[in-house]
Amino acid sequence: MDIHEYQAKDVLRDFGVKVPSGGLAYSPEQAAYRAHEIGGDKWVVKAQVHAGGRGKAGGVKVCSNEHEVFDAADGMFGKKLITHQSGPAGNMVYRVYVENGVEIERELYLGFVLDRSSERIMVVASSSGGMEIEEIAQQQPETIIRSVVDPAVGLSEFQAREIVFRLGLGASHVQGAVNTIKGCYRAFRNLDATMVEINPLVVTSDNSVIALDAKMEFDDNALFRRPQIMELRDKSQEDMRETKAADQGLSYVGLDGNIGCIVNGAGLAMATMDMIKLAGGEPANFLDIGGGASPERVAKAFNLVRSDEKVSAILVNIFAGINRCDWVAEGVVQAIQSTSMELPVIVRLAGTNVNKGMQILKNSGLPITTATTLAEAAEKSVEICKAGLPSQELAAAS
Amino acid sequence: MSILINKTTPLIVQGITGRIGQFHTREMIEYGTNVVGGVVPGRGGETAMGKPVFNTVKEAVAATGATASLVVVPPPFAADSIMEAADAGIDLCVSITDGIPAQDMMRVKRFMRRYREDRRMRLLGPNCAGIITPGQALAGIMPGHIYLPGSIGIVGRSGTLGYEAASQMKELGIGVSTSVGIGGDPINGSSFRDILELFERDDATSAVVLIGEIGGPQEAQAAEFIRDHMTKPVIAYVAGLTAPKGKRMGHAGAIISAFGESAPEKVELLREVGVSIVPNPSEIGSTVHSVYSKAA
Repeated sequence: MDIHEYQAKDVLRDFGVKVPSGGLAYSPEQAAYRAHEIGGDKWVVKAQVHAGGRGKAGGVKVCSNEHEVFDAADGMFGKKLITHQSGPAGNMVYRVYVENGVEIERELYLGFVLDRSSERIMVVASSSGGMEIEEIAQQQPETIIRSVVDPAVGLSEFQAREIVFRLGLGASHVQGAVNTIKGCYRAFRNLDATMVEINPLVVTSDNSVIALDAKMEFDDNALFRRPQIMELRDKSQEDMRETKAADQGLSYVGLDGNIGCIVNGAGLAMATMDMIKLAGGEPANFLDIGGGASPERVAKAFNLVRSDEKVSAILVNIFAGINRCDWVAEGVVQAIQSTSMELPVIVRLAGTNVNKGMQILKNSGLPITTATTLAEAAEKSVEICKAGLPSQELAAAS
Repeated sequence: MSILINKTTPLIVQGITGRIGQFHTREMIEYGTNVVGGVVPGRGGETAMGKPVFNTVKEAVAATGATASLVVVPPPFAADSIMEAADAGIDLCVSITDGIPAQDMMRVKRFMRRYREDRRMRLLGPNCAGIITPGQALAGIMPGHIYLPGSIGIVGRSGTLGYEAASQMKELGIGVSTSVGIGGDPINGSSFRDILELFERDDATSAVVLIGEIGGPQEAQAAEFIRDHMTKPVIAYVAGLTAPKGKRMGHAGAIISAFGESAPEKVELLREVGVSIVPNPSEIGSTVHSVYSKAA
């Protein structure tokens, strides 16, 4: 689960990380009022969306009076911010954060991730902060500081100090930076985060070390014990279909193609998508309905997949392991009938009682195309999609 | 022979009285697995599916001599159950549970290191389908009947994709020595490399099918092991060749990701070390068949 910058800053402030003073606004009027409240003579208005790269996309504006703050906020509200991380759909702006501007002396990068190789939390830091950090990591990987934390002991003071000195910070900044690193680590560990990123971490002209931006991501599997983090969820930033699917216990990711997929198991779902592409088609989604594949789940999956208007055929690929194919087949038939499905459906079943299952599909009288192998299912889906498209367009035109 | 489990391996089920625990215990007993008991705190002294239930894993081990354990405990408590098994001297622990917090697994892995390497428990999963030695024993949730006994080892992350491989092989009359699910979670007990090492040493295994997917460093590590230590042929399929790059926040993930984490890179690394690559998921069985007949 992702949270907004202002929420991450609130969280990190509690762990001793220094952040600029700021206030949240839901309207341009409120933004101007916040600027007045905070005081000072320079403010930054920042669109609150769950995506990085806001600066280049126009989601961060520096202002020197309250009118400018109003106008900057007015230009952001209700608009979609499309950044290189948001994907082409972009994210709607419903909240902006108004912050004091600070005089920056140096920009650094500080990140915390779960590293799959060491299976531990890794601190990543670089003396060059800002937007080009990924290019730096690629071109000069040796300049990236990495430090792995032993979960039994936690992040030691000396480890944090080593990072700080390698970042080239002077004596007057050491304690501030050490506190920031330790604070971020404690927040990561105590709240089951999967990512904390401060980019940039800045040294200001008055010698403070401040987190100018903050991103946090949390482990969905651990939310059951983090009610205070769950409270921070903002569904307006999520893909509606993915959220709806997750609420029903299905794992769905929308894509750009026209062949809807309903599969049990994530690996098999990925393999099915690969097969569709190899056959010359484009999958409309990734959908894992889980191991069970009960009739109710299949019906929910049908409704979800066809809510995507791009879908012109649906491929069902179920490996009935513990379940039997005849039971799954009945579920598919019921689902098609109960949802009055008008799209062509291609079904491939495998596993226990496969012949019985296929017979049920054939006897149903429904326009179901059956397939015995993954390859056949993908090829037939692609064929049907290609053949079906012109007639549908004709129907739409008439 | 086989790896990790055979028809004599005494197995306990942690969470045996739960709905899922009961269902799969029955399936395992029916398959011929030597299930000797179960563990559910507070339910010691009862019986489930005709097997004695104990309050702690230590009690169960003392009373039954169990060396293997299947953990079907809900995610909030699963990590603790795995550590309990490790502390009780269990040799092989199979964790089916999906949804264990990543930091819990981090602690489990750290905890397991307190035991000497030769006495350290081997963990499969979490979020895996388990392990099966066809015709002998099953510790997991896979459908036993799709596996033919034979000499091909299978190791994979995904459950259903593993079933797909086994059933394609069965169609062609090719059997399996042992099939191992290592699970889809970012932090898991055993890696591809660990299981390949066991298959390499196992007399009953003549070749290995590796089923990988996008993400993580374990396929790249497997490729290194294959290059340096494997004499048996390896056949691999990697799922997710066409998976799109997801939405993301920040740069931290991209900074630490190494070469060999995307599906095409994994395929490249495996091909370089002489692994036969399965071109598409429909041809797992036929690729094994052609490698097999060439070797024969």
